[in-house]
Amino acid sequence: MTDATHTLDAGKAEAAAGTAALTGGTATGEVTLGLAHFKEANEQVRKALASADAVVVRDANAQRYLGCALPAGKSLDILGTPGNDLGCYLDGGAIVVHGNGQDQVGNTMNDGAIVVHGRIGDAAGYAMRGGTILVRGDCGWRAGIHMKEYAGKRPAIVIGGDAGAFLGEYMAGGVIVVGGTPGDYVGTGMHGGVIYLRHPLSAESIMDGLIQELVGDEDIPQLAALLAAYDEAFASEGPPLGGDPGSWYCLRAASARPYGGLYAH
Amino acid sequence: MDATTNCVLPRYRVVRDEAACTGCAQCVRSCANGVHRLRKDPDRIVINSRACVNCQRCVVFCPELALTIRPWPQVGTGSSTWTAEAMADIAKQAQTGAVLLSSMGTPAPYPIYWDHLLLNASQVTNPSIDPLREPMETRVFLGSRPEILKINERERRVVEPLPPQLKLDVPIMFSAMSFGSISLNAQKALALAATELGTFFNVGEGGMHCDLEPFADHAFAQVASGRFGVDAHYLNTAAAIEIKIGQGAKPGIGGHLPGEKINSEVSRTRMIPEGSDAISPAPHHDIYSIEDLRQLIFSIKEATGYRKPVAVKIAAVHNAAAIASGMARTGADIIVVDGFRGGTGAAPKRIRDAVGIPVELALAAIDQRLRDEGIRSMVSLVASGSIRNSADVVRAIALGADACSIGSAALIAMGCHQCRDCSSGRCNWGIATQRAALTARLRPEEAAERVVNLVRAWTAEIQEMMGGMGINAVDSLRGNRLMLRGVGLNEKELDILGVKYAGE
Repeated sequence: MTDATHTLDAGKAEAAAGTAALTGGTATGEVTLGLAHFKEANEQVRKALASADAVVVRDANAQRYLGCALPAGKSLDILGTPGNDLGCYLDGGAIVVHGNGQDQVGNTMNDGAIVVHGRIGDAAGYAMRGGTILVRGDCGWRAGIHMKEYAGKRPAIVIGGDAGAFLGEYMAGGVIVVGGTPGDYVGTGMHGGVIYLRHPLSAESIMDGLIQELVGDEDIPQLAALLAAYDEAFASEGPPLGGDPGSWYCLRAASARPYGGLYAH
Repeated sequence: MDATTNCVLPRYRVVRDEAACTGCAQCVRSCANGVHRLRKDPDRIVINSRACVNCQRCVVFCPELALTIRPWPQVGTGSSTWTAEAMADIAKQAQTGAVLLSSMGTPAPYPIYWDHLLLNASQVTNPSIDPLREPMETRVFLGSRPEILKINERERRVVEPLPPQLKLDVPIMFSAMSFGSISLNAQKALALAATELGTFFNVGEGGMHCDLEPFADHAFAQVASGRFGVDAHYLNTAAAIEIKIGQGAKPGIGGHLPGEKINSEVSRTRMIPEGSDAISPAPHHDIYSIEDLRQLIFSIKEATGYRKPVAVKIAAVHNAAAIASGMARTGADIIVVDGFRGGTGAAPKRIRDAVGIPVELALAAIDQRLRDEGIRSMVSLVASGSIRNSADVVRAIALGADACSIGSAALIAMGCHQCRDCSSGRCNWGIATQRAALTARLRPEEAAERVVNLVRAWTAEIQEMMGGMGINAVDSLRGNRLMLRGVGLNEKELDILGVKYAGE
C-alpha cells in the first residue's frame, strides 16, 4: 500500500497553503460575491482567473461550485462560506477556505489541494482520485466515500476533528486521516486504501471485512507527511494534530475483492 | 452428495452431424468455453455440452453446417411450478450460496406492448407519401427548448442563445455500454457507426478510452455513481453528458465489474488499479433528492461551460412519471427511460426478471405527465430497452419519445446471439470480453458496417411507415398517438398508453 511508486499528495497541500493569494504572490485578482447567484458568481471567478493565477473571493455566501475544475497553477482564497460542491472536478488547482465549507467539498476531484480553516459538511471527497483535502475541524457524513487511487495518484483527506458516520464507505484507495472520533459504520464496503485513526474503534464497531491495527513502519512516512501538512496549514490555529504517528491506528480491508464470492453464473 | 456436488443439468446439447463433419476443427478454434476438443488417436472431436452457452459461434462458422444446438433433452417434471429452470436455479444456489448473475434484459414472458400497438396508414383522404419521391425528414434535435423563442424579425435571427442541442440525422442512438463490460473494438464499432450515421453512441460509465476521442463529437459521456474516468477533460471531450441513475436491466442496484476484467487498458480508462473490483454503489452518494440531482446536473454544466446538454437516465419503474416530472424541473435537458426487457449489462437474475416495468407504459405515462404539467418542451425524451425493429421505433416516437436508443439490437448486428453469458468474459463474438484472442475476432470497421446497414435499413422502413401515415417528419410523429391503435389490451392499458382500441 505504501510502495514508492505512489507519491502522496501531501506536498501539494503545503504548496497550496504557501502559494495562496492572501499570503502574497503576483497578479492577484479579487471578486466579491455577496448574494450573486452561483452562475453569475462562477462567471466572475472564471473571469478573474483568466487574468490572474491567484484570486481572492470575498463575501462568499453559499455559492455552489466555486473552483469547479480549477486547473493546476490557479488558486482561490475564499472568505465567507462557499456552497456545496466546492472544487468539484478539481484539476490541480489550489483552494483555501478561511471559514467553513458545506457539502461535497472536492467532489470527484482529480488533483490539487483544498484547505478548509473550519469544518465541512457531508460527502467530502466523493470519488476523488487525486489531490489532498485538509480540514481543520469536523466533517459530516460519508467523507471519502468511494475514494480511489490510480497510476501514481493517491488522494488524501485529513480531518482534524470528528467525522460523521459512513466515513470511507466503498473506499477503493487513498488515505483518510481522522484526528477526532469517527461516527458509526466506518469503511463499510471498503476494498482498498487506508484510514488512519488517532483513537481506535471499539472492537464491536469494526465492520465485517475490515482489520484495525496499530500503524506499521510502512505506514509512518505517509501518515507523518499528512500530519505535517496539516500542522503547517493550521499552525497558528491550535495545537498540532501530530503527536507520535506510531501511536495511531490504521483500518484496512481484509480483501481487495470483498464481493468476490457473491455471484454465481 | 455434498454441498459442492453439481446437480444442475446442462442447458444445451451440442449435436454434430458426423456424416457432414470433415474434422476441420473450426469449431474447436471458435469456442472459448471448451465445448469442442480435439482428441488424438484416433483423431476426433469430442463435445462437452455442459460448457455450451448457446452463443452459436461454432454453428455459424462450421463450413459444413454440421453443428446444431438443441435444448437438453431431459424431460421436465410436468410441473408448471417446478420447471427445469426453477429447479436449476435452486440447485445452483444450494451449491454456491451465491446471488445468481445473468445478462441482458429479462427474457421472462411479460407482455410486450409494442406487439399490441398497430400503426395507421392513410387511405383515400390525406394521401400517403412516397418516401422514394418526396422528402422525408428523419432529423431530430435533443435538448431543452425555451418556453418562448425571441426572434429579431428584421435580422432573421434568434435573439437569445438556445440551450445546447444535439442534432441526430436519424432518431436512433446507441445505448450506454462501458469499456470493461464490452470490448474496445465493440465500442469502436459503435463510434464509427454513430459518426457515419450522424447520431450518438454512449461510452457508458467506464470512462472514455483515448482511441475513442476522435469520435467524441458523437459520444455521450456517462457519469454514474462510481465516477469512473470522470474528470474535466472527459466531460468536455464528449458531445453530451448522461447521468446514470438507473438502467433497465437492474433498476435500483449498482454495478460490479469483477477484478479479473480490469486489465491495464480498462484500468487506464476507468482510472482505477488493475485487478481491483470496480464497484458502482447503488445510489449516487451526492444525490439523495431531486434537489441533489439538480446540484449534480449544474456541477456538470459549470464544468462544461453550459455548452453541452445533460441527460439523466432512469430505469422504468413504478413512479417513473412523477420522477420524470422532477427531473425535467431539475435542469436536465434530456430524460432517458430504460425498460426492463432491455439492457446489456450483467445483472442479478432476480432483479433483472422482477424489477421495473415495461418501457412502453413508462414512456406513455411520462410523456402524458410532462404534457399535463406544461413542461414537455423543457426536455427531450429518449426511450430504450427492447427496441427490436423500426416499427418499435415508430411506436415509441408516437407514444412520445424524441428518439430511441438501441443496445442489444446493435450488438446483435455485430454478431451477439443473446446467450446471456456476458458476465463470464468468454464472449466468442469478441463483444463482451477483454481477452485479446477473442476481441480480435471483432474488427471495428466490419462490425460498424453491419450496424450502419441495420440503422439505414430501419430508417428506410421508418420513412415508409411515416409516408404511409401521410407524415413527412419525425417531429410530426412525436406523441402522435392517433397513429396508434391497441389490440388485445384492457381499458387500463389503453388508458395508460393513451391510445384507442382498434376499430375506434
